Amino acid sequence: MLHDATIAQLAEALRAGKFSAVELTDHFLARIERLDGNLNAFITVTADSARAQAVRADARLAAGDATPLTGIPIAHKDIFCTRGVRTSCGSRMLDNFVSPYDATAVEKLEKAGAVMLGKTNMDELAMGSSNENSSYGPVRNTWNRDLVPGGSSGGSAAAVAARLVPGATGTDTGGSIRQPAALCGITGIKPTYGRVSRWGMVAFASSLDQAGALARTAEDAALLLQVMSGPDPRDSTALPDPVPDYAAALAKPLERMTIGVVDDFFDDGLDQDNAQRVRDALSVMERLGVTLKSIRLQNIGLSVPAYYVVAPAEASSNLSRFDGVRFGHRAEGAGDLTEMYMRTRGEGFGAEVKRRILTGAYVLSAGYFDAYYLKAQKVRQLISEDFARAFRDVDAIAGPTTPSPAFPLGQKVDDPVQMYLNDIYTIGAPLAGLPALSMPCGLVRGLPVGLQLIGPHLGEGRLLCAAHAFQRETEWHTLAPPGI
Amino acid sequence: MSLSLEDLQSLCILSRLEIASGEMEGVADKLSEIVTLVDALQAVDTAGVEPMAHPLDRAQHLREDRVTESDNHLRYQRNAQRVEQDLYLVPRVIE
Amino acid sequence: MDWEAVIGLEIHTQLATASKIFSGSSTRYGAPPNSQASLVDLGYPGVLPVLNAEAVRMAVRFGLATGCTIARRSIFARKNYFYPDLPKGYQISQYELPIVHDGHLEIILDDGEVKTIGITRAHLEEDAGKSLHEDFQGLSGIDLNRAGTPLLEIVSEPDLRSAREAGNYMRAIHTLVRYLGISDGNMQEGSFRCDANVSIRPRGETELGTRTEIKNLNSFRFVEKAIQVEIERQTDVLEDGGSVVQETRLYDAGRNETRAMRGKEEANDYRYFPDPDLLPVVIGDALIERLQAGLPELPAARRARFVEQYGLPAHDAVVLTANPESADYFEAAVSAASSASPKTVSNWFQGELTAILRRESVEVADTRVSAATLASLLDRVADGTLSGRMGKDVLEALWHGEGSVDEIIEARGLRQISDAGAIEALVDRVIDGHPEQVAQFRGGRTRVIGYLVGQVMKASRGQADPRRVNEILKSKLAG
Repeated sequence: MLHDATIAQLAEALRAGKFSAVELTDHFLARIERLDGNLNAFITVTADSARAQAVRADARLAAGDATPLTGIPIAHKDIFCTRGVRTSCGSRMLDNFVSPYDATAVEKLEKAGAVMLGKTNMDELAMGSSNENSSYGPVRNTWNRDLVPGGSSGGSAAAVAARLVPGATGTDTGGSIRQPAALCGITGIKPTYGRVSRWGMVAFASSLDQAGALARTAEDAALLLQVMSGPDPRDSTALPDPVPDYAAALAKPLERMTIGVVDDFFDDGLDQDNAQRVRDALSVMERLGVTLKSIRLQNIGLSVPAYYVVAPAEASSNLSRFDGVRFGHRAEGAGDLTEMYMRTRGEGFGAEVKRRILTGAYVLSAGYFDAYYLKAQKVRQLISEDFARAFRDVDAIAGPTTPSPAFPLGQKVDDPVQMYLNDIYTIGAPLAGLPALSMPCGLVRGLPVGLQLIGPHLGEGRLLCAAHAFQRETEWHTLAPPGI
Repeated sequence: MSLSLEDLQSLCILSRLEIASGEMEGVADKLSEIVTLVDALQAVDTAGVEPMAHPLDRAQHLREDRVTESDNHLRYQRNAQRVEQDLYLVPRVIE
Repeated sequence: MDWEAVIGLEIHTQLATASKIFSGSSTRYGAPPNSQASLVDLGYPGVLPVLNAEAVRMAVRFGLATGCTIARRSIFARKNYFYPDLPKGYQISQYELPIVHDGHLEIILDDGEVKTIGITRAHLEEDAGKSLHEDFQGLSGIDLNRAGTPLLEIVSEPDLRSAREAGNYMRAIHTLVRYLGISDGNMQEGSFRCDANVSIRPRGETELGTRTEIKNLNSFRFVEKAIQVEIERQTDVLEDGGSVVQETRLYDAGRNETRAMRGKEEANDYRYFPDPDLLPVVIGDALIERLQAGLPELPAARRARFVEQYGLPAHDAVVLTANPESADYFEAAVSAASSASPKTVSNWFQGELTAILRRESVEVADTRVSAATLASLLDRVADGTLSGRMGKDVLEALWHGEGSVDEIIEARGLRQISDAGAIEALVDRVIDGHPEQVAQFRGGRTRVIGYLVGQVMKASRGQADPRRVNEILKSKLAG
């Protein structure tokens, strides 16, 4: 079926004229129409503009000036500003917000000829690991509708897993690409901090936020990342380094590589079957010529507490702009300015966002700054140094993406600390600004789990090569959820 | 460490965030759990460790002093709830 | 008790960049509301600040001119608070590591003494927008054109001891930023304003008293008046046995008093932390050397040179160098003049020309009488062609565009009569016509000579050289 094809395959077929971009777009729009009702992966479907883009893509294909993404349907996490289209960020606060500008990542994908089908559901303002924090209702896991898809890029992950779209953008602050990718059985990559411009991405925690791609294969993720990456004069933290040709690197045989296996990740908190799938995957890697080496990341256990100081601190400040004055929700009938602010924000934000704003204000406030914020920054340094030390001996670091497969809707939503601990394996990489990906490595009780690979600074190309080599040897990434 | 209702009240004012009075206690409890979680940091010996504010250890990239923006206020103000005479309106500011 | 005031100033000077500190919006003053507020200035979701390199260079130039240490690595921080003129809910400023710090500036006190004022630091930050309170049925209107305009906040040590010293220091900083070309210093437009920290203590005491901060003073006169009334207020409070409350106050110029600011009762907790959107600003030797080499002659050096090179009294040098345009004008006029002395140029600049400029509300830079023209006028005075009185008339005529100096002299028939024979004839006529006054003079009432000189001048239609008239009249009356 058309929707089972990868982006790479679709691109080839489009260029061979097997079908048109308009036909492809209509096919996926019809699937969204038919299947998204009970999945809730999309907040907004942009059918009309998608068809218009597809028409332009067909013209480019005919003119021979197509890129590998020309005519390929994609979806954007609703955190990316899209000109003329509602950009809600999963929040009531921005339910009425129509962005007057495009995010850099959006602009670049559009320029490459990709066709945007719509905006995907997410945890409100990217805060969550289950997608239950969306003001637009939870996304359901394609493998089992009673389970969460993970978060915060849960809509993008579920949409790709359900073959509603072959690839999607996401953002990752503490695991928001990799964790839903793992729980939905797809491949997701968060590149090095600064590889993709943050311009137009609604900010959660600015020193951690990084955009990336979700797709079914490493090859497809590479195609998307290729276009999204690069310097941007509008983001002074975007890396100026040139973007290598990821796809070309995939075509070559896997270079000699040493992968460090993090002993600290295989602890009591990790589901034993999940652990076994990861170990099995690592054995496959060994067969591919990879040398495995056991490593320690001494301070990695502190990544959750460090993250839950740094991220809320930055978030509390980033979200102050939502005050009802220039955009977004505004409470009616407030008597004075303070009341207007308090009610606007009280009504516009959901419970988890409020918790993080308050936590952030707390850890930055007079008397607590040194004990929490500054301390967390120092611990962040220790965690980062652990990674740097490890990368003197290894080319990549491997471990599980999540402690277990997808958990039931409602199970952790009222227990923030349990929810936070779900990010335990993914939080380290963004704290250190490192690239990391998750790819399917097997099923646990019929549900997908992920293998996580973390690379050194600007090492995303190597990670994609390793993942591609793995996917040539295995079929986990081809498994479709039941009924899809 | 647990947060009192007074602590929460002052954080709400600092953050300009209204929480319904019936929810205050529940929020205070959850925040206390979060603070307990992050209190694990206190046990770490960080003597001599430089705080890490950012993952990129690089110098800031600057832009040259050029005017690149033009007047778009009508388009930008479409997202605002209350605008009059091109001004954003707010309840009166008292100094 | 004998009280001593301790004052420190925080001067906010708008940097004269074309675009804003973190966005490509124009900084032009007076544009229609919100027409210069870009997505970045509005704090839209997803936008990011990108720092203006020129603002950094200007701050470094200021640092170099005041002997500051230039931070090789400085950090931008967020100062978090909610206010409608602050779109992001935080101001991007510098907190722990400012761009320049630990410098000083010499100021000249009224008695001519030189005093060195410490400069604690100067840091870059963004300005806020403006709230307008009129016409909106109890609502305020927000104009964000000014939001994101680059400011250099210059913080002095508490080295100032009187309102007048504070005024002199503020003037000296104003002069300096104008010389450096880093600010237009326009106070009407709010480009140069300050907050004053004021406390008092018994003279001889070394501990500081509790201070108050007077916000938003936007003229030299208001700074001096506000500080003066605040010192008096604090003195009254302490002498009545009360204690000064640490608070922010506003100066009410109409009533000439300070009052505590309302609406800021809530203790501010700004939760400063490094802005994660902005990496450290790194400044290397090459940039510092280049900017150092490009510094203009600074006010103090120019002042000293004016005394030395032109033989001017110190006071003249202070006045002439108060802004670069005046000093440039003076030097251009001196170099164009062939016989008028620098002191004559200084006198005319400070006197007649300044009076016209004030009357017409025109800046030196926009004067309608060029330095070269003034020089040719003063040459005509120096060579005796014109009397001082006639010179003033010619200057007015020049201002009104009636032609060159010589054309005006020609057209008005304004040639001074210095010829002794001609003057003697006039004097004789006056002596003959005023026997009564002549008798009075000879009887010892010598002051009456002024009247007689006036009569001679009148008879000459102002064209006689008054010095010569005086001489000749005296000798004839004595004879």
